[in-house]
Amino acid sequence: MATPDFLLDYLPILVFLGLALALGIGFLAVPALIAPSEPDPEKLSTYECGFNAFDDARMKFDVQFYIVAILFIIVDLDVAFLFPWAVALFNPELGTDRDFQLFAFWSMFVFLAVFAIGFLYEWKKGALEWR
Amino acid sequence: MPIGTAAFLLFSAAAILSGLMVIASRNPVHSVLFLIAAFISAAGLFVLMGAEYLAMLLLVVYVGAVAVLFLFVVMMLDVDFVELKQGFLQYMPVAATVAVVVVVELIMAVAVWTAPSDAEIARAHPAPRAPEIVADPAGPNNIEALGLILYTDYAHYFQIAGIVLLVAMIGAIVMTFRVREGVRRQDVARQVGRRREEAVELVKVKTGQGI
Repeated sequence: MATPDFLLDYLPILVFLGLALALGIGFLAVPALIAPSEPDPEKLSTYECGFNAFDDARMKFDVQFYIVAILFIIVDLDVAFLFPWAVALFNPELGTDRDFQLFAFWSMFVFLAVFAIGFLYEWKKGALEWR
Repeated sequence: MPIGTAAFLLFSAAAILSGLMVIASRNPVHSVLFLIAAFISAAGLFVLMGAEYLAMLLLVVYVGAVAVLFLFVVMMLDVDFVELKQGFLQYMPVAATVAVVVVVELIMAVAVWTAPSDAEIARAHPAPRAPEIVADPAGPNNIEALGLILYTDYAHYFQIAGIVLLVAMIGAIVMTFRVREGVRRQDVARQVGRRREEAVELVKVKTGQGI
């Protein structure tokens, strides 16, 4: 398989990936080899200052974190749709005609209007406020 | 060995290994972290196949958002490991039955499968009609090619996607949003708008009497 040209653009990322891998393995391997090791269950136990620990650190999260995360995903997907639009629409190298540009432009604005309805709903509902 | 092949081996090995670790690790948080590693390796494989936009999407949406959501879910589950292990023997027969059935099905499926001939592969996957556009370095790249058709030729699907996102947004709020009673919130406008008259009261106190 011959390597296509565009893959060469990703070579720095591959180099960084290799570096990260080497560093990560190195930082794990070197202490395992040379650091003194005295395992003790007390070292891993829950610690709270001043009194014995009441509870594990594991507990139920407030559902509000979840709402924020879901709303973030949806905005994330909207942005993903905006990206090719922004790259391709008025790019002179692609030689798109006026009709195409107008149609794609308003197509995206209808999409954004639908998104704005949802955004107004969550804003007015107060889901964006921390309480 | 060309770099592309080496990278493919690296990413596919990483994807398979982290996929295995997702089901093998005991701590569900570690499982989610291995799932993220599998997503990243899959993004690398997408890049190798030339699907740069899909790779970016996988990183942005799956690694950036869905994996975080998974972590939330795992945190919210409130897993008690001692409790988890208690029902093990009780559920063992059912689980073993399901496992045997699946394994037998897999064996039966693999036994009748024969490798397709080259002619069959060619019939099932006809060569793309315009390979020169894809291969042309001066032609539109991945993202540009997508932008050229997504908003015009596939405008209906695009708008349907927008409406699905709207439904997801409203559904998430309807299902999880609760107005809590009795929570004292900070209202900056009220704080700033407070007047001296309604906040401070001057009282003359006679000596030795108190209020």
